[in-house]
Order: sequence, then structure tokens, then C-alpha cells
Amino acid sequence: MKQCIFTVRENKEIARITYKMVLEGDTSAISGPGQFVNIKLDGFFLRRPISVCDYNENLLTIIYKTVGRGTEYMADMKAGEKLDVLCGLGNGYDLSRSGDNPFLIGGGAGVPPMYNLAKKLIAEGKKPTVIMGFNKSDEIFYVDEFEKLGADVIIATADGSAGVKGFVTDAMKDLDYSYVYICGPEPMLKAVYNTMTTSGQFSFEERMGCGFGACMGCSCETKYGNKRICKDGPVLEKEEIIW
Amino acid sequence: MVNTKVSLSGLELDNPVIPASGTFGYGYEFAELYDINMLGSFSFKGTTKEARFGNPTPRIAECPMGMINSVGLQNPGIDKVISEELPKLKKCFNKKVIANISGFSVDEYAYCCERIDKEEQVGLIEVNVSCPNVHNGGMAFGTSAEAAAEVTKAVKAVTTKPVYIKLSPNVTDIVSIAKACEDAGADGISMINTLLGMRIDLKTKKPVIANKMGGFSGTAILPVALRMVYQVYEAVSIPIIGMGGITTAEDVIEMMLAGATAVQVGAANLVEPFACKNIIEELPKVMEKYNIDDLKSIIGGAH
Repeated sequence: MKQCIFTVRENKEIARITYKMVLEGDTSAISGPGQFVNIKLDGFFLRRPISVCDYNENLLTIIYKTVGRGTEYMADMKAGEKLDVLCGLGNGYDLSRSGDNPFLIGGGAGVPPMYNLAKKLIAEGKKPTVIMGFNKSDEIFYVDEFEKLGADVIIATADGSAGVKGFVTDAMKDLDYSYVYICGPEPMLKAVYNTMTTSGQFSFEERMGCGFGACMGCSCETKYGNKRICKDGPVLEKEEIIW
Repeated sequence: MVNTKVSLSGLELDNPVIPASGTFGYGYEFAELYDINMLGSFSFKGTTKEARFGNPTPRIAECPMGMINSVGLQNPGIDKVISEELPKLKKCFNKKVIANISGFSVDEYAYCCERIDKEEQVGLIEVNVSCPNVHNGGMAFGTSAEAAAEVTKAVKAVTTKPVYIKLSPNVTDIVSIAKACEDAGADGISMINTLLGMRIDLKTKKPVIANKMGGFSGTAILPVALRMVYQVYEAVSIPIIGMGGITTAEDVIEMMLAGATAVQVGAANLVEPFACKNIIEELPKVMEKYNIDDLKSIIGGAH
């Protein structure tokens, strides 16, 4: 973990209540996809944990939904403004388990971490399929970006306004895959857990105090013992999850 | 050069800054960030006889200038703390630590304190009779003068190290409880624990915290903590470790002027992992600004 000051380079709405922010600064603490950053906002006591969508040596991309006052404050930020960021938090996904054609499943605000994961897997010669679940078509984002990486993309919308009508589990039916990487709301995680035929890694969300393992605010019980979602997670192995 | 040294019942501290129990784990996460040997001491995660997972999540809620936690004393139990955590801690912290002990009965408090008293790394025992997040114990012992005195006596009977009782602000008269602890043999008072609070989610129309209520801490509670430390300082002659909302070196001085001999920094560590380091580095500068040569000289200075 590293505490760094980042400068906002870009901040724009890319889908309904969904924003993409590009930040410039020291990203050296980020070790891989599936990690998150914890952002200090003026006037708010707790930091905001947001998953890493993409990064290189000096740029960090995050995609967030305006779900409360903190993220609404972020949505109003302009290029040039500074942010205090704790960088490189959480364990991230283990790429070595992917097999040749893994599924990368993201639901809503759970889609972003799949982007850098897809990029890294494709760089290793894998053929990932990205399955994205949304409620409605106006929430869809990053389809072109995933396709440009060379990933196959399948969309599911709950109301049927785009792609497969239904949930990501409907989109998975009858398809072959070697492994599952997933991030999204817990009901979606659970539905996929109950449907999938391979092993996989699940990224969980929890209200956090610190984001770096000090406060025990986000603990969960697993088959491998108590874990802190922020430090020992957010990614858990399918085999250890207790629902 | 200003003098930041203070002494808690014979435990000499290079400076009065101590991370508060539950906000610093067993120190490792912070030792990765900076050399934690610069701390005065630190109070490790509250420990009970048996291992505890704690309360269901969500355990955290944000507040204006603060937060609510309902962790519920998650800890690996006294045996593992002694066999695993303390040896690990020794590798990154070579000063004496403060052992924070909780219990669900007088016997349990005494059992854990007797065990931890034998540990050479422990310089002081902080007995938590004020956790708001556990039922049938914790705060129940800190909301009555008789119960707090009973725990104090039981712990003092089986220990050799200084015993500080950590008090709850969720009481009608904290002064009478502090005096009862002093009369029962306490070597000092640690105060204040968190204030019982809650938040309600407007979308779900239900409490944010799974356990409904939790302990409110952070910048917002500093005035309450100062007031209580000020009152207790007038009533007792044993040292006070003051805490509640301390975020800056100025806050440290304010708390010491109210009557604290040392201070603990809690919620600030969670949002600013370098909070204690920053405070310790700022302290000499702020002392100079206010013409303070020796920090000891200002203890209770506001009275």
C-alpha cells in the first residue's frame, strides 16, 4: 500500500449515473487486477473504496456509480483537481488459475475490474469471454473497450432492453469455459456460484472502515478462517466461500 | 529541544501518542508503512478469553466528522495472542505495549489479565469495561461504579503491572465510576470509549449497522472527551490516558491541558494511516508555537 496524491485528468459520465475518472500519479503499489484504491474526499470522514479498472505506470482509471453523497462529490470533480489515494489495496485476482477460456463476469459497478483482468489474460494468450449484467440498456458501458482488447462480449439486461434478457446466469447457459472471475452484487455472485461448473474467484464488497486491514470492519467467515474483505480479499476462492 | 516524554505509572514514553485499541490491529499493517517504534506505545486489539468473530456486517457507518463501528471485539483469543501475535509484534515493535483486555465476567477479566501480566512485552494493562458492541458484558461493567470496582479489584489481585480501566462515556456520571475504580486500586483511567450511536439508511429505511447500534468515534467526539477528562481529572489523582477524536498535535495538547498524561489516537488511524506519525512529527513544532518546553508541565494545565 502506498499513499499518493493523484491529479484528475478526466472525469465524465459514460452511462447512466456511471462515471469514468482517469487519475495521474504513482501507481507503483498496484500489483494486479482486482485490487482497489481508497480515496479521501474533502468533507467526508471515511475514504471511498473503488476498484481499479485499468492502470499503467502513471495513469489509473476508475469507474464508479453515483450511489451516495461521496460519489456525487466525485462526479463533480474537474480535471486538475487533486485526490489523496491509498493505492494497491486488497489481494486481486490470481491469473494463473484461468485456463484457456475463462469467463469474466461483471455486474453493474462490478464490470470495471474485469477490464484490466481481460487485458492481462489476453496478453498471456488466453481467450476470455466477458459477460456483463445490467438492469437496463442505458447502464451499459465499456463494450467497445473490451472488444478492442480482443475479448468476446456477452451482455445480459434484466429488462431485455439489450443483449440476453435476464441475468448473467442466463447468458452463461450452454457455454464452455475453463474458469470464472466475477465481481458484482452479492445476489449475482450467489446465483453464479450455484450455476457454474468450474472453479472460480469471487470479488466481494463490504462497508469498510480503513481498507487496509486494521479495523476488522469488513470481516467475513470463510472455510479457510476469518478474513478481512479489504486485506485478505476482496477476492475469495469459490471453495472457501460460506454464504 | 522540547521534551515530549511522559510517564504512565512508571512506564516511560518517548511521547504521549498511543494508537487506540481496535484501530491499529497488532501493528503489522502500520509497520509496513513506517517504523512504529516512534510511537509512545500502542494499545493492541481488544482481547478476550475465547476467540471471537464479532458482529455481523455491515459493521461500519459513516457520520459527519466521524464513524460508527460495531466490530464486536473480533480477536483470536488470549492463547493465540500470547503464542502468535505477541512474538510477531516483537519483530516490528521493541517498546512495551498496552494490553487491552475485555471480558464477559469478572473471572474472565481476571483470567486474561493474569495471563497477559506475565508477558514481558506488556508494559500496562488496559481493562476495557466499555465496549458498546457486545451483549452481556463489555459496557455493562463500565456503566455501574460497583461493577467497575469489582472488575478492578479482581484484576489488581492477580497482576503486577499498572492497570488502567477504560471507561464508557455512555453513563450518567463518569466521575463516580472513575473514583470507584481509583478506590478499588486502579493505577489509571483510560477514557473515553466510543459513544453509542446509530445511522439509518434512507433507501432501505433500516439501520446501516447490522447490529443496529455501534460506537461513534472520530473528530466529532473530541469536545465530549475533553469535557469528561477535565471532570475526571478534578476528581481523581491517578493518571488519565485521554482519547476521543484526537487527530492533530494541537488536539494532543488540548487533551493534556484537560488533564491527560498521554493520549490515544483512534479513528484517525483508519482514514489517515500515517496519523500517529504525523502527530508525533508535528508535536515539537506545535509545542514551540505555544511556548511549551516540557509536555509534562501542561498536564491538567486548564484547571
